[in-house]
Amino acid sequence: MDHFKNINRRKFVKQMALLSAMSAAATMFPGIIFAEEQEKGIPAGANLDWKKAPCRFCGVGCGVLIGTENGKAVAVKGDPKSPVNKGLCCVKGYHSIMALYGKDRLTKPLVKKNGTYVETSMKEALDLVASKMKETISENGKDSVAIYGSGQWTIPDGYAASKLFKGCIGTNNVEANARLCMATAVTGFLSSFGLDEPMGCYEDIDYADVFVLWGNNMAEMHPVLFSRLLDQRLKRGVKIIDFATRTTRTSMASDKSILFKPQTDLAVANAICYEIIHNGWMNKAFVEEHCNFSKGLTNMGYGLEDNYAFTDKPEKISFEDYKTFLNDYTPEKAAQISGVSVKDIKLLASYFGDPNKKVMSLWCMGMNQHSRGTWVNNLVYNIHLLTGKISEPGNSPFSLTGQPSACGTVREVGTLTHKLPHGVVANKKHREFAAKIWDVPVENISPKPTYHTVEMFRALDRGDIRFMWIQVTNPFVSMPKLNRYRAGAEKDDRFIVVSDVYPTPTTDVADVILPSAMWVEREGMYGNSERRTQYFEQMLEPPGEAMSDTMQLIEVAKRMGFEKQFYYKDETHIEEIYNEYRKHHEGDKHNMAPLEVLKSQPGALWPYVNGKSTKWRYNAKYDPACSNGKDFHFYGLPDGKAVIWQRPYEPAAEEPDEEYPFWLGTGRVVEHWHTGSMTRRIPVLHQAMPKAYVELHPDDAKRMQIKNGDNVKLTTRRGQIILPAAIDQRGIPAPMQVFVPFFDESKLINELTLDSFCPISKEPDYKKCAVKVEKV
Amino acid sequence: MPIKSYLAHPHSGMKEELVLALSQFSECDIFPSENKDVVILITETATTDEDDKLTEKIQRISSLKLLAMVSGFNSPN
Ligand code: SF4
Repeated sequence: MDHFKNINRRKFVKQMALLSAMSAAATMFPGIIFAEEQEKGIPAGANLDWKKAPCRFCGVGCGVLIGTENGKAVAVKGDPKSPVNKGLCCVKGYHSIMALYGKDRLTKPLVKKNGTYVETSMKEALDLVASKMKETISENGKDSVAIYGSGQWTIPDGYAASKLFKGCIGTNNVEANARLCMATAVTGFLSSFGLDEPMGCYEDIDYADVFVLWGNNMAEMHPVLFSRLLDQRLKRGVKIIDFATRTTRTSMASDKSILFKPQTDLAVANAICYEIIHNGWMNKAFVEEHCNFSKGLTNMGYGLEDNYAFTDKPEKISFEDYKTFLNDYTPEKAAQISGVSVKDIKLLASYFGDPNKKVMSLWCMGMNQHSRGTWVNNLVYNIHLLTGKISEPGNSPFSLTGQPSACGTVREVGTLTHKLPHGVVANKKHREFAAKIWDVPVENISPKPTYHTVEMFRALDRGDIRFMWIQVTNPFVSMPKLNRYRAGAEKDDRFIVVSDVYPTPTTDVADVILPSAMWVEREGMYGNSERRTQYFEQMLEPPGEAMSDTMQLIEVAKRMGFEKQFYYKDETHIEEIYNEYRKHHEGDKHNMAPLEVLKSQPGALWPYVNGKSTKWRYNAKYDPACSNGKDFHFYGLPDGKAVIWQRPYEPAAEEPDEEYPFWLGTGRVVEHWHTGSMTRRIPVLHQAMPKAYVELHPDDAKRMQIKNGDNVKLTTRRGQIILPAAIDQRGIPAPMQVFVPFFDESKLINELTLDSFCPISKEPDYKKCAVKVEKV
Repeated sequence: MPIKSYLAHPHSGMKEELVLALSQFSECDIFPSENKDVVILITETATTDEDDKLTEKIQRISSLKLLAMVSGFNSPN
């Protein structure tokens, strides 16, 4: 019997190995085909118990099935029932369960005593966290304590954090790392439509004829979605246009690759609008019925100084004003600014202008980590609004997310300083509404936002914040201008608590390290890029004393005297929290699906109304919240209209000069999840991509006599680093640009990056600063 | 019991030769792509020693341009 079991297991492992290879091949060779009988899925695995969950890693939110045996996760496969990935996974997804079993998993709380970490019990560690927080508040006020969370927080984690800090303690010092990746998408949506998150869904991919990727290396960052694009090309001959600053796997797989100079997407997007209007491609009826025109302030600065503040002042303008403004962005003028040829600008515009083509725009960090990110988000919406190509199947401006629950937790629960689960702290009605559900006096919720992420770490450095609790994120790898912020956290009278699953450069600066239960070792939900909320049950026991982040927060809240608000029972706390959270979003515009629905199917899209997901918001055919009697209703803004914004091109905060003549851009690679703390513990992924490198253009390398693998020194005004050169490897930057991935904690590229940010979203620009490049 | 998967890239125009050469090893399962110049290779050996030796032999195949490992599982049985 055992013999058969072993054979089965080996067969199964071989099948897994094959699937990994196929998914890697599919990323490298888009459209690759293997004989059909070889592509069959994993055999049922007779002894395994398969349960569904959203993938732990990226914001695509693939549905996976996890096979457990004797209390251990032993296999993972794509969920064929998931409409997101239809059974596919990428290389990270296939290996995701291995991230649970790294040798150095944190299993015991550690408390720093006289410079060394001492193991302690969870009870004592949580007592210490609560007492230290109380002490800090009594000595320095409630705004001296802060929590910094994550787009990898589950929905209940973020909800408990917001309720504890904003509702109970009474500070708006709540931020999350999604500020570093998605805040711009939020302000883009809010300024153009009054409500956050995409109007469409992934099903748009099945209807669009043209895909324009705005600075978005989808082949590596959203591999499963990208394979859906490639699949459509095989089936329907759709066109994929890669509009980017660097040649990547995505460019190679696209029908056309167009390169632009960093920051100049602003000029090109305006030129597309110019062409649309001047060629008579504008959908006049749609614009007149559903759009307004506005302009905001310009020359906003870049947020480089402490306590920088900016509030936009929108002002209505006429269509004629807007048309005149666009005269600065004829294709010829935009070509001068951007380096994109007039022909290519006209080509791009013609795709949007063709009334017979459905167009999907897709973007992620290229447009969001941008010192004028909100503007460029607005400009892409302008293009879709001018042509009326929005909110219907296949016509879709679609902002993709990086993290599994940046949407679900940070954006929807509202774990940012200015937000509440429903609405914003500055709005009295919103505060009253939240206070009632939270069962706290409304005066507890401060009407004033405090610090966005960069400013929060500046406040920690200055000493305005003395206590910071960091959960599920690794800021001392991911913050820009890292040296300053790490040094701030290391100051003597700062108290740092870090909840995580592995040691990281962030746990290195902690006073208390709390071991967290990871992913399916606890129960929870994530919300992905397309407004899909997905539930996962607890399938495994967490190791040692590891505890979910939700439970850690509940335990600390109780110790701080908030038993009444944190009344949840151990066995049912996730269900109780979710049901309480749903109350914040009741109504046709944001209703969340009941838990039973989430348990029974691979997620549901909000607004979930009358037992149905809403696939296309603002379109009366699909969205029950439309109430103006017209075909479309942009109900997020008081007059029911969307805004077309006048936003100019402005340069980046720091551009190459004589001393620092290259552009430095940073980003991710397909093998690693962000700062690599989990994926570097998966041997296959680590071996596939063990170390960071610097990509150079072959002409620059030749001129500087740099060969592949040679050591290269990069220097910016903030720091320097030595990295091996990668020439003609995975990506090829444009001449006089270099690219470095940020997953490698032994090569901290963020010691060199600049902490400039978009003044509206406060999201840092990791893609642009000036750097000197030398062979060593 | 190491089980590994690789993408084997042939030298230009030598996919057939590579498939033939790989098929000589009983420890290898081969899945050539139908439309691209790449072959998926799954190896299964009894010990890590055998695995190392097999990899060495594969590396010596003249039609092989590049062998890139995708996944490695060390199944206890
Ligand atoms: S594409 Fe993203 S969600 Fe899907 S399997 Fe890969 S990492 Fe997971």
